[in-house]
Amino acid sequence: MAIEYGSAARSRMIGRTMIYSGLIGLAAFYLMPLWVMVVTSLKPLDEIYGGSFIGLPKVLTFEAWAKAWSQACIGTACTGLKPYFINSLMMVVPAVLLSTGIGALNGYVLTKWRFKGSNLIFGLLLFGCFLPFQAVILPMAQVLGRLGLSGTIPGLVLVHTVYGICFTTLFFRNYFVTIPDELTKAAQIDGAGFFRIFFSIMLPAALPIMVVSCIWQFTQIWNDFLFGVSFTAGESSPVTVALNNVVNVTMGRKQYNVDMAAAMIAALPTLFVYVVAGRYFVRGLTAGAVKG
Amino acid sequence: MATLEIDRVRKAYGTMEVLKEVSISIGSGDFLVLLGPSGCGKSTLLNMIAGLETITGGEIRIDGDTVNDLSPKDRDIAMVFQSYALYPTMTVRQNIEFGMKIRGVPTAERERATRDAAELLQMSHLLDRKPSQLSGGQRQRVAMGRALVRHPKLFLFDEPLSNLDAKLRVDMRTEIKRLHQRLGTTIVYVTHDQIEAMTLATRVAVMKDGIVQHLDEPQAVYDRPANVYVARFVGSPAMNIIPGRLEDGPSGPALVMDQPNGGESRISGVVVSDDARQRYAGQPVLVGIRPEGFSVSAGGPDCVEAMIEVVEPTGPDTLANFTLGGTDVIARLAPLAVRAGQTAKLAVETAKVVLFDPKTELRID
Repeated sequence: MAIEYGSAARSRMIGRTMIYSGLIGLAAFYLMPLWVMVVTSLKPLDEIYGGSFIGLPKVLTFEAWAKAWSQACIGTACTGLKPYFINSLMMVVPAVLLSTGIGALNGYVLTKWRFKGSNLIFGLLLFGCFLPFQAVILPMAQVLGRLGLSGTIPGLVLVHTVYGICFTTLFFRNYFVTIPDELTKAAQIDGAGFFRIFFSIMLPAALPIMVVSCIWQFTQIWNDFLFGVSFTAGESSPVTVALNNVVNVTMGRKQYNVDMAAAMIAALPTLFVYVVAGRYFVRGLTAGAVKG
Repeated sequence: MATLEIDRVRKAYGTMEVLKEVSISIGSGDFLVLLGPSGCGKSTLLNMIAGLETITGGEIRIDGDTVNDLSPKDRDIAMVFQSYALYPTMTVRQNIEFGMKIRGVPTAERERATRDAAELLQMSHLLDRKPSQLSGGQRQRVAMGRALVRHPKLFLFDEPLSNLDAKLRVDMRTEIKRLHQRLGTTIVYVTHDQIEAMTLATRVAVMKDGIVQHLDEPQAVYDRPANVYVARFVGSPAMNIIPGRLEDGPSGPALVMDQPNGGESRISGVVVSDDARQRYAGQPVLVGIRPEGFSVSAGGPDCVEAMIEVVEPTGPDTLANFTLGGTDVIARLAPLAVRAGQTAKLAVETAKVVLFDPKTELRID
């Protein structure tokens, strides 16, 4: 018996070892590009051209990061990514707040104040989630032109808000549908009106899905390139467009370390949001299954 | 405290009529129970009183004032829901104070009212908890507290005990009754549980298919149900409805019911009005006898012979099943009074026998 038990334990351990080594191998493979980016951004240019690509830097330097942030040339202006990073922040913060806010209101109306045709409207909004970016570029450009918002950050805020409403509405509708209608009725009898119920009862209960919506929208809008490159130019570009210009504009030797540092600077905020709010993200996505 | 008049109220969704001319009127301090199976329109009616559903036709008056076009908050009502509907992100205290806060009640008064309600419902120690930290019974208490603090004219209860387990349900039922006796408020209470209706109500409205079948005091509904449906719905086990025949002889009216062996049972001494006696003499009728309307007897003109098929002892009494008039009949007898397989003589309490017309199924008076 003891022997059999021992061999069973051994075979289980072998299985475990294989599974874990497989997983670790795959994870390492997946992390390889990030590794290359990090080490390259920390090397002086000569070392890179000397042939070291994957290995650790011999000389550790943050010069490339500083250069990417404040000196790299984008087109003719050598301002670094800094102003464009700020552009992106100016775009992403209002766009996330607006689209999440409107989505919450939409979800609330579509679940608790149903009206004739509300399901149709929800269906059409859902359809919007499947609209490819390319399909809206031309009409959107015309609208922005008429509104006098072409090539501006507020214009981009509008574009992202409109495009994001479909997703945020979907999130909030599906969340609010799990909140019993009796809650709204009880509040009505207590004397609360439309907005009072929304702000005092629905929104506080919707915290998990708000986090989901914010992360989702933040990632989408921050990482967007197509709308940015289509509707802005020059100084009002978001960081993704600027990054493209940094990498594509080369004078003399290609500065791989600066390119890598710039790419990481552009990617840091989404990473930051995931690390800070990631656990709420998972919780929010599964929140519908749990009753309060 | 207020009176409530429901005057020929109708509700239709498109062409589908959910309520058909419902008229109910109760006095100040009454406890009205709307009783019926799901889909009978009782919850719809309650929501219409609350103002959560529009009224298609007719009028609802609270204390004489028509409230048809008033929004829920202006009707001076409070409601307790089946799912309790506590605001999940607020503490018990905030839940109770929410309504007063919206109505701009000053803080001091608000605190006093909350304290009073919490004491009345014995939940002072729960005030700082969130609803998710409470048990079902405690949530129910909070929901009632939230309704109580505003001292509304009218309390509405929508199946408040359905989500509780059996033991707690009985406890809370008593508590609601005690509250009603103490506060003397006017209450409308929706349930599908006939025992809740019997124990709580001062007036019961039995509903089916959007029509009030019977509106009366609970004992009257139980003793003299308006029709076969009400007779079967109220009481457990239900009233026995036995096909039979009314015969008028020199010794007074008698009821004749078929025995399974081909013979007939005859009960005399039935109380019937002269009018019914004339109209139904020699005609088939449905004989309504409550299970407790039978008792073991030595014999007599009010007796039927029963071949007992199954015996179900419940403790305080025994339910005996037999066949009479071609249908299963249940009698509630003293414990150990009969045994299965035996033939027993059962006396019928003739004063409590109710007759129904077999075609219209309405009570014959």
